[in-house]
Amino acid sequence: MHDHAHHDNELDEMTARVRALETILVEKGLIDPAAVDAIIDTYEHKVGPRNGTAVVARAWADPAFADWLRADANAAIADMGFVGRQGEHMVALFNSPDLHNMVVCTLCSCYPWPVLGLPPTWYKAPAYRSRAVREPRKVLEEFGVTLPDDQQIKVWDSTAEVRYLVIPARPANTDGMKEADLASLVTRDSMIGCGLAKTPGAV
Amino acid sequence: MNGPHDLGGRHGFGPVVPEPEGTLFHADWEKRVLGMTLAAAALGYWNIDASRHARESLPPAIYYNASYYEIWLRALINILIDAGEVTEAEASTGVSTAPGKRADRKMPASAVPGVLAKGGPADRPGAAPQFAVGDQVRTRNIQPAGHTRLPAYARGRAGIIVAIHGAHVFPDSNAHFAGEAPEPLYTVAFAATELYGADADPTLTVHIEAWEPYLDRA
Repeated sequence: MHDHAHHDNELDEMTARVRALETILVEKGLIDPAAVDAIIDTYEHKVGPRNGTAVVARAWADPAFADWLRADANAAIADMGFVGRQGEHMVALFNSPDLHNMVVCTLCSCYPWPVLGLPPTWYKAPAYRSRAVREPRKVLEEFGVTLPDDQQIKVWDSTAEVRYLVIPARPANTDGMKEADLASLVTRDSMIGCGLAKTPGAV
Repeated sequence: MNGPHDLGGRHGFGPVVPEPEGTLFHADWEKRVLGMTLAAAALGYWNIDASRHARESLPPAIYYNASYYEIWLRALINILIDAGEVTEAEASTGVSTAPGKRADRKMPASAVPGVLAKGGPADRPGAAPQFAVGDQVRTRNIQPAGHTRLPAYARGRAGIIVAIHGAHVFPDSNAHFAGEAPEPLYTVAFAATELYGADADPTLTVHIEAWEPYLDRA
């Protein structure tokens, strides 16, 4: 039971509950609000899908790096400086005309933070978690993606600490493009397997 | 546990609602919950498996009515109550009635970059794997009341080993503070028709990570 009489009437209920907890944890000396700020700042401004786009662009541009990524994604991604929490055991999944890979965590919200940042709300919500492992084609249609009927689909349910990064297929008409320009074609959703990389004309 | 979190293959949750890439939070309080949860982990009362178990242990009616960060908030409060650091009355009133017991472990802001960059690798020295890539296996029909990472849709199903990851911390033990008990970890592939019957998408293969105690040779 919650005693709303103790809450500031100007706060919505969730804000009040969260503020109550933070207040007591700070007063007890168990958390430093500046540490909370630093954690938020890290995932709002420093660690996000831009990291993943750099990995994908390098894999497209550099066959030797792509081979390294296939053989040891942990080492190849760490070499670019993207390491840490929720990215301790990385595996790269390469899409092709014959194969589409898609990633989910049906049990919670496991997601490769160092390369993609925090997961989007839909990734953590029951609709995606229940359906991605059963009817991925219909889920993809909700993202505006229709796959060829004969393309194989591999869905990867992140039930352990292994984290997956999808390497979308390189779009046509990108020969000779620089890595930075290639990276601008890579969307977050394409690195989860819920989208495709953009074509140059559509940027 | 057969809890509300075990969602794979279930019906009735409606369409997926995509959002723009920049949208990570829908209110400032969600940010505080994220930050507090990660900061309070430094107190050392729980591990990642125990924190997941705290979330999935919420009553189903609450779990399904809560936004994701509300689930995190409720689980954080529960796990701090279990640790003896917070009372329900304190959490609801915002008035602290006793000092913290592990204030000496408080994570300073200066430690945040190092802690986040270090992460928490789950691989450990452990037994050699009994299965090889290409081996046919069948998942066990285990339905423990406690924590497990074998989803309901993949229990008692025939699959094939497609990758071996070495020994990893076993969540079924670690979530209950019964030791890390490392076990060989595999990626197992299942035809969708094996999971959902003849009407399933014939082009679909679903993979899970499975620890050796989840598997029998088929």
